Amino acid sequence: MNAPILKNGFFVFLFSIYCSVVLAESNASDEIAKYREMISDGNPAEFDEMRGEDLWKKPSGPNKVSMQKCDLGKGIGIVKGAYAELPKYFPDTDRVQDLESRLVFCMTTLQGIPEKEIIAKPFGGDNYKPDIESYVAYVVGQSKGVKMNVSLTHPKEKEAYEIGKRIFTYRAGPYDFACSTCHGQDNIRIRMQNLPNFNNLKDSQAAYISWPAYRVSQGLFRSFQWRLNDCFRQQRFPEPQYASELTIDLAIFMARNANNAIYAGPGLKR
Amino acid sequence: MINLERRKALKTGGGIGLLAILTSVGLIQPSNALATYEVIAFDAKSMNETLAALGVNTPEDSMSVHLTVPEIAENGAVVPVTVSSLIDHTEQIYILVEKNPNVLAANFTFPDGTESFVTTRVKMRETSMIIALIKANGKFYRTSKEVKVTAGGCGG
Amino acid sequence: MGNPMRIRASVQEGMTEVKVLMQHEMETGLRKDADGKLVPAWHITELKAVHNGKTVLEGQFGTAVSKNPYLVFRFKGGVSGEKISVNWVDNKGDTRSDEVEIS
Repeated sequence: MNAPILKNGFFVFLFSIYCSVVLAESNASDEIAKYREMISDGNPAEFDEMRGEDLWKKPSGPNKVSMQKCDLGKGIGIVKGAYAELPKYFPDTDRVQDLESRLVFCMTTLQGIPEKEIIAKPFGGDNYKPDIESYVAYVVGQSKGVKMNVSLTHPKEKEAYEIGKRIFTYRAGPYDFACSTCHGQDNIRIRMQNLPNFNNLKDSQAAYISWPAYRVSQGLFRSFQWRLNDCFRQQRFPEPQYASELTIDLAIFMARNANNAIYAGPGLKR
Repeated sequence: MINLERRKALKTGGGIGLLAILTSVGLIQPSNALATYEVIAFDAKSMNETLAALGVNTPEDSMSVHLTVPEIAENGAVVPVTVSSLIDHTEQIYILVEKNPNVLAANFTFPDGTESFVTTRVKMRETSMIIALIKANGKFYRTSKEVKVTAGGCGG
Repeated sequence: MGNPMRIRASVQEGMTEVKVLMQHEMETGLRKDADGKLVPAWHITELKAVHNGKTVLEGQFGTAVSKNPYLVFRFKGGVSGEKISVNWVDNKGDTRSDEVEIS
């Protein structure tokens, strides 16, 4: 009887289908990597950086003070390399702060702009470019090429990191998702995008250094606070308050995990 | 249907084309020839309409036209396209996207001394052929490649 | 006056390569805004690059050129320090001209 040969033939057939599916998937990843490489020059985020730099130097707000008086952690007036060390503990506010919460602090205390106004519409949209987002573009661009160096020396930094780690695996929302549901293992994909695994050093570094970024699908520069906000939206979580402690704890967890990588932002993404 | 709004807008820019502006500020000499904006070609909705508007009969497939595009575009809003023509006396390069609402995306004119090469980025509504059309010595040549688009790039 | 462009020009072995990133919304006229209204077409229609009074490239854009258009082209000649200007006009009659020195 031909049964044994048929059976072998059948398994060979199945195996070749499996191979072609896996091959197709990895070919797709390769092609997407090629696409990303092809569009890597000519980043419209440069315009946001330029706008941010101009605004940074302009006396603004009711107090007519420029952001050059802002301390981003390396001393007043020092912007270069500041982002690569954030989030960190600030003695003047006695708390750990990320870039955006620090910008809010400077805009409110130095320039006299009401906090409500700043956090009401902090993300860009049609014909709308909030100043704070342009500041973000400028400041992160000034850390391009700088090695990530987030310290956990202060007890509040250690605490924020640990809380961020817990938040990362905390399941909530109607789907019982946590960040780790999508970002806690290898080979997880949403449609065409392979998702970084934040339990993996290389993935953590690669992901963190590519944000904030200009998103071509939206034609807009998107900050890290926006990225967290959008993740929460995708998990069907309630909207996090802009630059709140929750977002800072998550940010220090992710930033610290990217230490020693060379910051490459602002990035350019789909 | 030709978009009348656009034709009006183009006409009422005071009828001021780039040539007039640049000549008036002394940036170029008035004798430099300039093609008028190809309104009808840019408004054409199908490949046949577009080729007819451009006065193209049967473009010859040519291996001397190189088209570099990604096989897969992660997003159709930005699809990088590089066209290079090795054909002598290349005058114009046209970039066409077969399945776009308006097929002609851009065209470029190459004066003597400029390499017949250009890189730009186009929007694609869906997976489609991209066609590079070359005009050289009054004749037309072409090559094409398919780009798979995973998320269309014209919507909000 | 349109928004500023970023232009980089460098010369190598007698060939000048120019890379341009323009700032323009390049609305197709097919997109709907948050209220469901069609956003009118608004895009660069023509552009021209000039070196030493000579046109080195002309281009015509339809609505399908990407937002914040990117362009690379090359021409013979050009010496460090000489200027390249890139100029565009859009369908509303707005214009922009920027120039840069060849590095």
